Amino acid sequence: MSATTNIIVSILFEGLAYAMFLFIVSVGLSVTMGLMGFVNLAHGAFAMAGGYLVLTAMRSYDVPFFAALALTFVIVGAASVVFERVFYARLYKATELDQVLLTIGLAFMAIATYTYLYGPRPQTIVLPDYLTGQVDILSRDFPAYRVFVIAVGAALIAVLWYAFDRTNVGAKIRAAVDNRRMAQSIGINVDRLFTLTFAVGSGLAALGGGLAIDLFGLTPSFAVLYLVFFLLVVAVGGLGSLKGTLLAAILLGVSDTAGKYVYAGAGGFIIYAVAMLVLLIKPAGLYGRD
Amino acid sequence: MAATDTTITAATAAAPGARARAAAYLGRRHRFKPWELLPWLLALAAFFVFPDRMVFGSQVLLMVLFALSLDLILGFAGIVSLGHAAFFGIGAYTAALVTLRGGWEEPISGLLIAAAVAAFAGAASGWVLLRYRGLTLLVLTLATTIMLQELGNLLRDITGGYDGLPGLVYTPLLGVFDYDLYGHVNYLYALAVLFVLFMAVRVIVYSPFGQTLAGIRENVARMHAIGSPVHLRLLVVYTISAAIAGVAGALFTQTNQYVTLGVFDFDNSAGVMVMLILGGAGRLYGAFVGAVIYMVLQDTLSKISPQYWQFAVGLMLVLTVLFARRGLLGLLEDTGRLFTRERKP
Repeated sequence: MSATTNIIVSILFEGLAYAMFLFIVSVGLSVTMGLMGFVNLAHGAFAMAGGYLVLTAMRSYDVPFFAALALTFVIVGAASVVFERVFYARLYKATELDQVLLTIGLAFMAIATYTYLYGPRPQTIVLPDYLTGQVDILSRDFPAYRVFVIAVGAALIAVLWYAFDRTNVGAKIRAAVDNRRMAQSIGINVDRLFTLTFAVGSGLAALGGGLAIDLFGLTPSFAVLYLVFFLLVVAVGGLGSLKGTLLAAILLGVSDTAGKYVYAGAGGFIIYAVAMLVLLIKPAGLYGRD
Repeated sequence: MAATDTTITAATAAAPGARARAAAYLGRRHRFKPWELLPWLLALAAFFVFPDRMVFGSQVLLMVLFALSLDLILGFAGIVSLGHAAFFGIGAYTAALVTLRGGWEEPISGLLIAAAVAAFAGAASGWVLLRYRGLTLLVLTLATTIMLQELGNLLRDITGGYDGLPGLVYTPLLGVFDYDLYGHVNYLYALAVLFVLFMAVRVIVYSPFGQTLAGIRENVARMHAIGSPVHLRLLVVYTISAAIAGVAGALFTQTNQYVTLGVFDFDNSAGVMVMLILGGAGRLYGAFVGAVIYMVLQDTLSKISPQYWQFAVGLMLVLTVLFARRGLLGLLEDTGRLFTRERKP
């Protein structure tokens, strides 16, 4: 393989792994925003909480990695319902500013609490042997963990696509995203749908947080640091669109990775530049509705 | 809303009576009330009561100014931006660079240059960004600020990167007052700048222009319908706000004699918003109350532990949104109303 193809393959592979992480965390945010127009800046905090839950389960209770991921999805998903009922439900009809302020407040409190509990330094976990090292695909070595992340992402895309496109609940969600008042008037309980998608979305964010530990290292500031990227993905993809979120995650994940490969100094720029370009041309995102 | 109705009346006034009534209403609101002296008296009193805390005091004053600039766009025009620190940072770096790379050490003209550069940045970015609303606007303002920070890091030969630019020197204020170790001159300097700009902002918000902003905030469709040039009005106020934020940033650089890329942090954008919301947005003096409480709490709690402080900020935000949507001044107003006889319905 020539050097150039080698680099391109690396960029696509790394970018895809990053994109899967972005997709897993952002998809819930996109659907809940599409349903209720609720600007949730505490979404990153759920991802961060998920990461620490995986960490604690593995370190203190010797839970295997896969079980810890499943556990964190369930626990954070369930816990998020409490937050949704206590805080979010009061502000459905409030202004966007109030929603922004409330959720920034929650995110700050979460960061402070986790810093108090776990300290500010990055944490790591010990992965099972088969997820470390390299995997040989088509006579080329790929890091096993990233292959795993891509596989998890692909599986989730399949499940979510089925749930969204082929089930009754999915049809109701799509209807409510399209036109909430019409959906309500034909008897769809949008509030309950919101609670459901909020729980699943937060659970997925937590799962993404667990997956991210070995990709980026886990610190409490994760909640705000990566929030920007989740918001970019949601805005670029278009609110409430599964296809849009996936496309945006791949676009941003791959271009960010490419930027960092090609020009390390200005690599951080690319993701913002691409996102801004898309939003300036299509303010409602790739698959959003104006 | 009374404000909107007045705007409509003023704009569509066919009868001279309505026009005169609107003018009288605006004039009445613009008149100084006795209690408006209070913050300035307190600021002067602080100068004599806490002479050894004036370095901190000047930081509080410049944050008041920064919060005031945000009040113009958020409180009066209803533009929700997550990147107001961009203009603070541009002002801060302009003030640093004209001194360090340009050899221009006179502070007051430094402020003016910073204001001009920040205003230009505000006009240029506003011309594009103010066409968007909601999540798109939030993301775009946030991304712009981070890109500026990345740009600063990229040009680290000029900006010093994340290490910043320390040891900046300025000539004595007005050629007479040299800076002392205790920040006394800086405090009065910041207070004077704040006073001048506050008066300007006060004139703006009580002017007919200010009323159109309130109209845009309350009902943008209606403003479009009566033919108000919405985008232009927003652009003008955004530019003014950027210039004032730039002055606040330049004051930050001049009083601290250093600047780092931290001025572009999300925490800076969020912090100024917290101050304003805490005090009460859209009411001029909210910036004073909020910034003072925020800065004093930060100073006290950060000494114990930074986590306590961060938790407190979060808690303040949540409590304000849930229980005091109009900020502490709004709360004060409501409490005051309980004790007055003629209660308004």
